[in-house]
Amino acid sequence: MASTQTHERSRLEDITTRLRLDIVRSTTEAGSGHPSSSLSMVELLTVLYFDGVLRHDPGRPDDPDRDRFILSKGHGAPGLYSVLAEAGYFPPEELLTLRKLGSPLEGHPNMNRLAGVEASTGSLGQGLSIGIGHALAARLDGRSYRVYVMTGDGEMEEGQVWEAVMFAGNHALDNLTLILDHNAYQQTGAVDDIEPLEPLEDKFRAFHWEARTIDGHDLDAVAEAYDWARRIEGKPQAIIARTVKGKGVSLLEKEPWKWHGKPLPKEEADKALAEIGGAA
Amino acid sequence: MSFGITRIELQEGPATRNAFGDALAEAGGRDERIVVLDGDVHNSTMTGAFMERFPQRSYNVGIAESNLIGIASGLAACGRIPVAASFSTFLLANAFDQIRMSVAFPNLNVKLVGSHAGISIGEDGPSQMAVEDIALATSLPGFTVVVPADGPSAKAATQAMLERSGPFFLRCGRPKVPVVYGNGAEFHLGKATQLRDGDDVTVIANGIMVAMALDAAEGLAEHGISTRVLDMHTVKPLDTAAVERAANETRGIVVAEEHLCWGGLGAAVSMVVAERHPTRMAFVNLGDTYATSGKPDELLAQFGLTPDAIIDAARRVLKD
Ligand SMILES: Cc1ncc(C[n+]2csc(CCOP(=O)(O)OP(=O)(O)O)c2C)c(N)n1
Ligand SMILES: [Mg+2]
Repeated sequence: MASTQTHERSRLEDITTRLRLDIVRSTTEAGSGHPSSSLSMVELLTVLYFDGVLRHDPGRPDDPDRDRFILSKGHGAPGLYSVLAEAGYFPPEELLTLRKLGSPLEGHPNMNRLAGVEASTGSLGQGLSIGIGHALAARLDGRSYRVYVMTGDGEMEEGQVWEAVMFAGNHALDNLTLILDHNAYQQTGAVDDIEPLEPLEDKFRAFHWEARTIDGHDLDAVAEAYDWARRIEGKPQAIIARTVKGKGVSLLEKEPWKWHGKPLPKEEADKALAEIGGAA
Repeated sequence: MSFGITRIELQEGPATRNAFGDALAEAGGRDERIVVLDGDVHNSTMTGAFMERFPQRSYNVGIAESNLIGIASGLAACGRIPVAASFSTFLLANAFDQIRMSVAFPNLNVKLVGSHAGISIGEDGPSQMAVEDIALATSLPGFTVVVPADGPSAKAATQAMLERSGPFFLRCGRPKVPVVYGNGAEFHLGKATQLRDGDDVTVIANGIMVAMALDAAEGLAEHGISTRVLDMHTVKPLDTAAVERAANETRGIVVAEEHLCWGGLGAAVSMVVAERHPTRMAFVNLGDTYATSGKPDELLAQFGLTPDAIIDAARRVLKD
């Protein structure tokens, strides 16, 4: 039992390593993109996609009963693409076509070009509303799929997010989970210096949500949080995941305000790949 | 209200928003996929009849147009036909980025219906008057954009909208309008309706300007000028063949619309004329200014949306 758990744990850890390598490689190869915003989501997405939380089948991306994951912070596309490749939606080699002419891996996700992308995003603030549309459709159609939406913390400054939070709470959309990648930084500085979000849990509760805060890099804590979310009835759930922007690459972690939207230069990328886990 | 019409007799019909609302409620019984999203204005947009009959497929999202569009996007992605309705300016102007990103770019089957278009809403004034909505909607790739002239054509346009797949903007007005589709004229999406033939000049109009164009044509006839009147209800995709024929077969074109001069029907027609068959043109629209409060007929007169304004424009076009 214990050894199965250890094995399972190390399988997931290996995936996080591969995803981080892919994120660094693909953005450096592209010469642009948002590695630091992608790196903070890695454990959250690893558990979601590879620990049996999200019910999906890369062979049937249009299955009406599939669970949905909507990346509202669309600039985290390299992270999403790494996950979709790992899951088998497309061959991992294609990750190196990121942002290149003709590639379906556009700078921000395009749902009409890449299977597994549930919404075209890139203008912040819109994904939760789209997720509500999917969640309402589940109700109307009598389907039991769940909808997961990931936003950034800076993204929470958008008014539309709170329109959506209010609606989802009032409509008791318990098939909707918001994953907030709370990496403390946005484009030009710290969220706390621009628009502090606290008390965040209280805000969600005031809008009739359930909310809990976790360490977004602790695989067990993330898994528990998804379990918790699935068990809640009558309310949407917010998982506030405290994360580190640029997680896994010390250069990015050290000065996140300097690195938003910047790929690592080739030399730094080599160091980062070694730091993350060598050549995998 | 009279719309400045003095020369012809047209029967007063419903407002286009009412015709839309009735047609929508009817369609709701036929098509289970239709869902209505309201921004706290269903008694203005007239989605109320649908919402009452099909409460389980109706959401009053509140005064939150951005969220409303996002929800419509998600529903459309799941195979529903969301009809998102509000005052035209609160949809198109307030939620334009959401429409661009969550509807147009992913090319989703969302139906936007804006009521209270133009200055003919009257007393409520400029904040409620959509006068840029056609420019905004036609700028979006993949959108179909329709401005019906009267009740019967608004009803037909609503049905066509719900049957056609893809993003759609239907522009409706507040006041009751004269019926111009009374004599068996047929509405076909994407095809201009020729309501009167003539060979001196063509008036291309939509919305409330169509009835005025018919009145102007009568006035011009009194001076021996023969006028073709086209109801160009579908601004996008534009019936370029009808425009080209008008440019070819008559000596000039007047474009009349209840919209600012930038980015509306006039601009769309001009592009075709310039490329295919340059000819003289004149424009009847709101120019480059916001209106004010007043009675609808007073506003139309003050801001130059009258049959007489169309007659003057036709004369300018025909002057050597
Ligand atoms: C509506 C909108 N405004 C501005 C931007 C530009 N932009 C891209 S990412 C970003 C910062 C996002 O911060 P956060 O939500 O905290 O995401 P993180 O990168 O930290 O995960 C900004 C301002 C945008 N994409 N959309
Ligand atoms: Mg952030």
